[in-house]
Amino acid sequence: MATDTGLSANIVRDPVTEQAELSINMGPQHPATHGVFRMVLTLDGERVVDVYPHIGYLHRGSERLAEGENFQQITTLFDRLDYVANFNNEWVYVRAVEKAMGVEVPERADYIRLILSELNRIASHLLFYGTYGLDTGAMNPVMIGFRDRERIQQIFEGVTGARMMHNYFRIGGVKEDLPDGFVPAVRALLDQLKVGYEEARGTLTESEIFIERTAGIGAIPPEDLLDYGVTGPLLRAGGIDYDIRKADPYSVYEELDFRVPTGQTGDCYDRYMVRMLEIEQSISIVAQALDRLPDGPVMGRVPRILRPPEGDVYVHGENPRGDLGVYLVSSGGTVQPYRLKIRGPSFCNLMALPAMIRGSYLADATVILGSMDIVLGEVDR
Amino acid sequence: MNIEPAGGQGGTGQGPVISTPESRMALQNIAAHQKSGLSGVVTLKTEELFAMARKSSLWPLTFGLACCAIEMISAYMPKHDFDRYGVVTWPSPRQSDVMIVAGTVVKKMAEPIKLLYEQMPAPKWVIAMGSCATCGGPYVRSYSVVMGVDQIIPVDVYVPGCPPRPEALQHGILELQRKIQDEPKLKRGL
Amino acid sequence: MTSGDRPEDSAPSSPIEERVREIAADNAQSVEYSFDELELRVSRESIVDVCAALKSDPDLDFNYLRCLSVVDWQDELEAVYHLASLSHPHKLVVKTRAPIDDPWIPTTIGVWKGADWHEREGHDLFGLEFRGHPDLSPLILYEGFEGFPGRKSYEIPEQVTFYGD
Ligand code: SF4
Repeated sequence: MATDTGLSANIVRDPVTEQAELSINMGPQHPATHGVFRMVLTLDGERVVDVYPHIGYLHRGSERLAEGENFQQITTLFDRLDYVANFNNEWVYVRAVEKAMGVEVPERADYIRLILSELNRIASHLLFYGTYGLDTGAMNPVMIGFRDRERIQQIFEGVTGARMMHNYFRIGGVKEDLPDGFVPAVRALLDQLKVGYEEARGTLTESEIFIERTAGIGAIPPEDLLDYGVTGPLLRAGGIDYDIRKADPYSVYEELDFRVPTGQTGDCYDRYMVRMLEIEQSISIVAQALDRLPDGPVMGRVPRILRPPEGDVYVHGENPRGDLGVYLVSSGGTVQPYRLKIRGPSFCNLMALPAMIRGSYLADATVILGSMDIVLGEVDR
Repeated sequence: MNIEPAGGQGGTGQGPVISTPESRMALQNIAAHQKSGLSGVVTLKTEELFAMARKSSLWPLTFGLACCAIEMISAYMPKHDFDRYGVVTWPSPRQSDVMIVAGTVVKKMAEPIKLLYEQMPAPKWVIAMGSCATCGGPYVRSYSVVMGVDQIIPVDVYVPGCPPRPEALQHGILELQRKIQDEPKLKRGL
Repeated sequence: MTSGDRPEDSAPSSPIEERVREIAADNAQSVEYSFDELELRVSRESIVDVCAALKSDPDLDFNYLRCLSVVDWQDELEAVYHLASLSHPHKLVVKTRAPIDDPWIPTTIGVWKGADWHEREGHDLFGLEFRGHPDLSPLILYEGFEGFPGRKSYEIPEQVTFYGD
């Protein structure tokens, strides 16, 4: 079993009851697992009796590496954790160091961070929209999703010079000011995104096939979601409106007007819908932030060499996938952290996977896994 | 070997890099015949004909390991559109001929990668995409990362970058096509 | 904590401090503030009882385990539980320690199911045994991996490369 790579099966027959149980291996190389995730499904006929997830196929030792790098260098590692929401990751990390050191961030920098992170949230949800379309058998969404995502990346490239690994947020601000023409370009982009959003309505949101395929599967009770530590759109789809931007506001979110979409049943369709509504909200957040974008410096007063005092901080923020937490222990006077623990939202969400899949049909397993929108980079770290 | 292009189906492929004089001439001949609407005879060495066919329809195994995979997917998607080069992604190793290793290879994943490589039918090629697959990249000091996929399987083309842009990967594919076309010549020791 | 001079810490106070003291009672080794968060230290023997009480108390209702981290303090391993409540705006940090030559801490998987993989990861990377956990097989590392790479004492091995030849 250990050497299987794709899809393979194995039948075990119980000598007493003559009942046959089929166990199926999926991954680590399997197009529906969204990366190098592997799970072993035990089947009774078409029904999934049990699921055993295997992770660690992308364990790069980021936490240990961080102990050997100085505080500013670590942003690069955070870029590569959840590699479809780079800005959101960087943001949580720089906030952690800022809290430990008591650094004030200029307002303009805060707004820039917010605009970029919300755009990144849209990009991440668009990727979900595309790949989830593929998971459920539609080819169109992935084209639409990537077309719009490409437009967002163009903006990012204009600001930071990189398409994905930006390393743009600094402790105390951002690397440099926005380029000329950023605001009109983003406004034009938002209009384009709205058009794409309408297209999504036709391709998946109101598609009868898609609804048939996703409605009513994968739901578990909200208390269980909480017990497993599930956060983000998965939790909100279950009807619990826990969004850190509202529940434990950071940055300038309190000044902006947005709502937290929630679902009712917590099934796969609700999860999809929550993400789509979040795109809508993020578009409105970015538009508001553009209106309010103040002038001023983009970098606060920060010592050249960062040496946070002794102590530990835990900072979290709302990522597209949920609650990303950074636990930073500093031994005081060193330029490297003593310990850095990353609480990846996908890591915790995945714990609930067996409970979600158990009892459903085999064909639904990939749909349920797809609805979790995991990113292996932050599962394994 | 002779081929007779019947009507418009010259089968020239769209290989953008034609490197040997023989194959270039063959292509010109075919094009001329297509234009005139006549069928005709073209002479070409078997290996070169095969090489032309091979390079014009590369089927990479969909195999995203980490961040680079996102840029690899971008390369298949509307703006960059890999299909133009005859590159079609394929989810199973048994029918693919190129393996694009896009992302960090960790020690736990090394065995499966080797196995996947062995499952691919020959002739097969490997592209190492990104600094991680090339040499370990940002994780060069990590305890769990393999320092480049060439430690476990042979690599034909390295694409540097973290992550490489989709254009860079396309350049990698073009380089691979050139290499495939040149392979017969290299074997003859020219 | 050496953070007294920062303005936000000048007068840290938490409405739940009294209640936490009551619940932890004799088990509490210390209750103090680290930045704006309340921090409770308990012995490893009492961690499960304290956690269960914190969760079941209606005034506190710590129903969400935000994070479980393991920190290597050279001679001791520390497990840090970050708790939050979704019904109240409360946060709490619970810490407990185990000596490095006898590294075990009882599992809290019975209190929050979400502790599962955090504990397995702690076992993988730090060799901290979460006693009573039903399945401590390698999660992130693989069978046959030697050493505990999270610990400070772990030397990152020289990478073997096969260039040239
Ligand atoms: S090269 Fe960079 S982008 Fe590519 S997998 Fe490695 S870290 Fe990620």
